[in-house]
Amino acid sequence: MLQISGLNKSYENHRALTDVDLLVPKGVVFGLLGPNGAGKTTLLRIVNQIIEQDSGTVELDGNKLSPEDIRKIGYLPEERGLYKKMKVWDQLIYFSRLKGLSESEAKIQIKSWLDKLEIDSWRDKKIEDLSKGMAQKVQFIATVVHRPSLLILDEPFSGFDPVNAEIIKNEILELKHKGTTVILSTHRMESVELLCDHLAMINKSRKILDGTVKEIKRSFRPEVFQIVLSQLKKALPVEWTPKRSDDTWEFTLPLAGKSPNELLSEMMDFGEVMTFREQTPSIEEIFIHQVQSAADE
Amino acid sequence: MNKILLVIQREYLARVKKKSFLIATLLTPLIFPAIMGVFVWIAMEEKGNQSLRIIEVIDETDLFFIESSEQYAFTSSGVDLDAAKKMVQDGNRYGFLHIPKIDLKNPAGIQYYGLENPSMSLMGYLEGSLKRKIEDQKLYDQGIDPKVLREIRSDVSIQSITLGEQGEEKINNATVNYALGFLSGILIYIFIFVYGNQIMQGVIEEKSTRIVEILVSSLKPFQLMLGKIVGIGAVGLTQFLIWVVLIGTLSSVVMGVLGMPMPQQQAMEMANPELAQASPDSSELADMLLVIGGIDFAALVGSFIIYFLGGYLLYGALFAAIGSAVDSPSDAQQFMLPVTIPLIVAYMGLFVFVLQDPTSTVSFWLSIIPLTSPIAMMGRISYGVPFWELALSMGLLIGGFLFTTWLAGKIYRIGILMHGTKPSYKMMWKWLKSSQ
Repeated sequence: MLQISGLNKSYENHRALTDVDLLVPKGVVFGLLGPNGAGKTTLLRIVNQIIEQDSGTVELDGNKLSPEDIRKIGYLPEERGLYKKMKVWDQLIYFSRLKGLSESEAKIQIKSWLDKLEIDSWRDKKIEDLSKGMAQKVQFIATVVHRPSLLILDEPFSGFDPVNAEIIKNEILELKHKGTTVILSTHRMESVELLCDHLAMINKSRKILDGTVKEIKRSFRPEVFQIVLSQLKKALPVEWTPKRSDDTWEFTLPLAGKSPNELLSEMMDFGEVMTFREQTPSIEEIFIHQVQSAADE
Repeated sequence: MNKILLVIQREYLARVKKKSFLIATLLTPLIFPAIMGVFVWIAMEEKGNQSLRIIEVIDETDLFFIESSEQYAFTSSGVDLDAAKKMVQDGNRYGFLHIPKIDLKNPAGIQYYGLENPSMSLMGYLEGSLKRKIEDQKLYDQGIDPKVLREIRSDVSIQSITLGEQGEEKINNATVNYALGFLSGILIYIFIFVYGNQIMQGVIEEKSTRIVEILVSSLKPFQLMLGKIVGIGAVGLTQFLIWVVLIGTLSSVVMGVLGMPMPQQQAMEMANPELAQASPDSSELADMLLVIGGIDFAALVGSFIIYFLGGYLLYGALFAAIGSAVDSPSDAQQFMLPVTIPLIVAYMGLFVFVLQDPTSTVSFWLSIIPLTSPIAMMGRISYGVPFWELALSMGLLIGGFLFTTWLAGKIYRIGILMHGTKPSYKMMWKWLKSSQ
C-alpha cells in the first residue's frame, strides 16, 4: 500500500528524518509513535505532499506519489481547524470538493456521514456555535468524506471527550474493516494497543522500531514471571522480596536461563502455585524504555 | 485550476454574503450626498424658520444705503448711538451698524453692535456693500460714472480645448480633471489598503485557526494564495461596479430633479454646438457639466479597473506574504512598513507632483514605476496620457504583480506552516532562497 524508502529531510538547523523506511500494508491500522519533535509530522506532511523530501521515495500502491493521489488520502493534521463563520454543510462541501468530489457526490457522502454521526441537525450551524467536540466530529467527516483509501490521523483523539473518542474509534475500526489503510500518529498508548495492528517508532529523526504489535510485545518480553504462592512449605529467599497478604506471597522472578516449566516446578517446591504469569510490557513501557535508552546513548 | 476556482468562489461568497458588505456597498455612495444634503437642509431650515432680522443703521456720512436681503432688513430711523443700543437690548433690533464720519480714502471706525456674534455671512454682506458704495463714491469723485464702469468691466474665462490626433476637439476643464484624478487616485489607494488588509487577515485567520494544513493537503499553497487574492479582488471589483451604477443612477436622478441637462441631452448639445451656445443661461455649472459630458468615461473607468486590479494584485501578494509569515495581526505591524511606504509615496506624489503638473519628470516616473503607478497614473489619465506611456506603465505593472506574486508564493508556502517562530526579514529571505 504505502512504501517509504530512504526518506531524508532536514530543515535549516535540524534533521527531521534520517533514512526512514516504512512499509504500511493494506487494510491495517498502523501506529506511528515517537516523542514530540521526532519527525512524525514531517513524515506525514511528506506523504501528504505538503512538503518535499530531500531524498528517498514514497510509493502508494506501487506508484510514486503524484498530485492525483491527494484524492486517495484523507489527512487529519494535529493542528487542525475549520472556518468559524462558515456553516457545517458549506464547509464540508468545500473541503470535499477541494479533494476532487463532484458536487452531487459530495452531497450524498456528507448527508450519509451527518446521519451516521447523528449530527444532521447541525448542518446550518456555524462552527463558532458548536462545542469543541462537535467541531471535531465535523472535522473527522471532512477528513473521510471523499472515501480515501489511506487515512492519516495525527493525534485524532485530542480534544475529544471519552464518549466521542469512542465513537471515532469505532468509525476508524469500521473503515479499516472496509479496507481503508489507517496511519495513526498518537501519544495515547492505550489507543495504540487497542487499535493498531502494526506500529513504528520514530525517535530523533530515525526509525527505531517497526513491526506488528504482537511481534514487538514478544520481542520486548523481559522474561519475568509474576508468581503468587500460598501454603508455603519452606521459607522464601529474602532477595525475592515477597509481598505477603494474609496467607499469599507475591513476587516476580526472571527466568535467568531456565524454561518457564523449570521455573514453575521450582516454585512448586515452595508451596501451592496460585498464579504463574509472564509479565508482558505495555506499548507504553516499551516506548518509554526505547526513548530513554536512545537518550542514554 | 478547478481548485483555484473553488477557493475563489469561497472567498468571494463568504464576503459578499456578509451583511457588512451589503451595508458598506449601498451606504458609501450615499454618505457624501447625504452629508451635503443634511447641510443644505439645515441651512434651508434655518432660513425658513428665521424671522427677518432688522438692523439699524446710523450713518453719519449720509452716503450709504444698504440694500435689504432675504434675511436682513436695514432701517435708518435717525436715532443716536445710545438709543440704538437700547433698541438692540430691548430686542427691537437684531443689531446696529455705526458709520461715523469717515475719510473715504481711509475708511476706518465702522462698528457693528449686536447681542450675539454676527455670522460670517452677515459681516461679509455688510463689508461687501460698504466697499462697493465707497468705491462708487470714489469713482464719482474722480468724475467717472460707476454705471459706465460697470459696462466696461467684463468677465473673462478661457475655455481650454485639447486637440485629438484625429483633429477632434475636446473641451476640458482643469478643475474637473483635477477632481477626477484626485478621486480615482484616492479610490485606488483606499481599495488597495482595504482589500490588501482583507487578504492579510484572511491568511492569518487560516493560519491561526490551523485550517491551512488541511487545505494544503488538498491543493498547492500557491493555488490557495492565488485563489484568495483573486476572490477578494473580485469582491472589491463588485463593490466598485455597484458604486458606479449607483452613483450614475443617483446623479442622473439628482440632475433631473434639479433641472440640469441629463447626459443624453448634453450629448445632443455637444453634437450641435449652435444649440449649446444658444442656451441662454450658460453658467459656469453648465460649462462644467458640458466638460464632464465630454470626458470619455468608458476609458476612465476602464483604466481605473486595470490600475485597480494591477495595483491590487501587486500589493495583495505582498499582504498575503506578510499574513503567512506572522501568527497574529499584531505581529504583522512591523512588516507593514515596506508595503505602506511606497503607497504613501504614491499618495503624496499624487498631490504634490502629479495633480500640479501631470507631465513633469517626477509625475512621469511615479506613473511608470509599478509600485506607485496605480495611484499616480490615475491622477494623469483625465489630463490625457500618450499611448506609449500608458502601455509602458501597464506592461510594467503586469510584470510587477507577476514578480510580487512569485515572491510572495515562495514566502507563503513556508510561512503558513510555521508556528511559534518569531518572523524576521532574515528568515523570510531564507525562505525565499530555499528551493523547498
